[in-house]
Amino acid sequence: QKVTVEVLDHLERLALVDFRDSEGVERLQKAIQFADQLHEVNTDGVEPMDSVLEDRCLYLREDDVTEGNCTKELLKNAREKVEEYFVAPPGNIPLPKLEERETFLQGS
Amino acid sequence: LAPWVPVVGLEIHAQISSNSKLFSGSQVQFAAPPNSLVSFFDASLPGTLPVLNRRCVEAAVMTGLALNCSINKKSLFDRKHYFYADLPAGYQITQQRVPIAVNGRLSYSLCIDNKMSQMVTKTVRIKQIQLEQDSGKSLHDDTRSQTLVDLNRAGVGLMEVVMEPDMCCGEEAAAAVRELQLILQTLGSSQAVMAEGKLRVDANVSVHHPGEPYGVRTEVKNINSIRFLAKAVDYEIQRQIEELENGGTILNETRAFDSKLGCTVPMRDKEGKQDYRFMPEPNLPPLILYDAKSLPANMNHQQVVNIDWIHERLPDLPSVKRAKLVEQYGILPEHSFTLLNEDGLTEFFENVVKQTQMKPKKVIGWILNDLLSYLKQHSLTVKESPVSPFLLADLLNLLEKKEISSTAAKQVLAELWKGEGKAPLEIVKEKELELIQDQKELEQICQAVIDGQENEVIMMVLG
Repeated sequence: QKVTVEVLDHLERLALVDFRDSEGVERLQKAIQFADQLHEVNTDGVEPMDSVLEDRCLYLREDDVTEGNCTKELLKNAREKVEEYFVAPPGNIPLPKLEERETFLQGS
Repeated sequence: LAPWVPVVGLEIHAQISSNSKLFSGSQVQFAAPPNSLVSFFDASLPGTLPVLNRRCVEAAVMTGLALNCSINKKSLFDRKHYFYADLPAGYQITQQRVPIAVNGRLSYSLCIDNKMSQMVTKTVRIKQIQLEQDSGKSLHDDTRSQTLVDLNRAGVGLMEVVMEPDMCCGEEAAAAVRELQLILQTLGSSQAVMAEGKLRVDANVSVHHPGEPYGVRTEVKNINSIRFLAKAVDYEIQRQIEELENGGTILNETRAFDSKLGCTVPMRDKEGKQDYRFMPEPNLPPLILYDAKSLPANMNHQQVVNIDWIHERLPDLPSVKRAKLVEQYGILPEHSFTLLNEDGLTEFFENVVKQTQMKPKKVIGWILNDLLSYLKQHSLTVKESPVSPFLLADLLNLLEKKEISSTAAKQVLAELWKGEGKAPLEIVKEKELELIQDQKELEQICQAVIDGQENEVIMMVLG
């Protein structure tokens, strides 16, 4: 079962990854096949493990103020700032629609 | 025309009242210099990890117990992914699969036909309560086509309370939220003030014909007060009914309430169905809570949240407080609602009762009719009242001892509102409002009146 162009487009929008060319898509294809091997294991009646940390103790912190007050340091990496605010574009800039994308699957 | 059944559910986000954030040690405070209450973790700098704040867990357990929920002794954290400038990590840590509390209920009361004297009790089921992070704040600068981002709020602890679609109109939604607000404020788990963004409500609204499946629902956001909540819900119900009766369809969309125009409009940036790609939060083990039975013997108690310990220390909830007021003072249930509804009014009432011989059943009339209506007329809170409990008690004592009439008492009260610092007795003397107690004096006055009205007296005697 091949990964369709629609699925790739959907993934690119959700995760902002760029599969770039057919080699990238092929790598994705192989990764899915590798993971699909999990289906060969019979898991009837077995509770799923959702974290390797499941036997660890979740540490609880006291409600004290111990951090913050480092505005200058945080803004040091910002490309643009306005009076101690980070600056971002007015909204999410959507990726162009599938039909309009020239660079989609370059060199495929 | 077949009748329509409106269906209303609510998603409420209450900011947890704590000193520091849910997963970091930066301070929680409203209105501070931008980006001054932000740690490296809140800014999502690489290499930082979440560390859970015990106070936030306790707040959620308290709230779950107060809402009659089952507390999950094991709950899990997940990541909810979406891109937005005020969510630096690109995901929010929440509890999607197994939240901390489930299956509760909230009872609230409504007046039938706007008459205070007829109250009916309703219940709404609480689907769940989950712990999650708040996002930062975006300030949209349309003139320069940019957004300014302040992360002070990013990472503050939230309790999301999900109410099942058991409500049918704006009034029910508003009453349910008001009761939740009172409960949260009583517990201290959240200050729950909508104006400061400490309580945010989104409404899910749909309509259908009786016996048919539920209709497509819309989500309504940007509701900034309980009054607007009722308006927004009722508007959306009407809009959907009109749309469907005109042969249109309802889109499963998110709409914003415009308080100026009193209507809902589609929201931008919310096109298409969101795919949040939920996954377990890999950096946090499950959250384990204990009770008296399951408490391990040798564990550091700072690391333990004991559900039973918290349960034993829950304060009287609003419904219990109201019942106690009715029992203790012999006032009506609807009176107890009004007392709890106004911040500080119960204390005011109880202070007056303590300082006067007048029966509480009579005092309540002065509190609810005279004091409260005056405060409302002048947009004052109880704390800002120019008449103190002491002054009012003083006045009511004069009335109780029959030194003045009820009418005179109202006149004195009108003077007291001026806040000139005069004692009630002073005003009574100034305005000569004392009731005449002397029998002889009264006879003299009556006789003088009769003497001066000879003709009328003759006509009365003749019948």
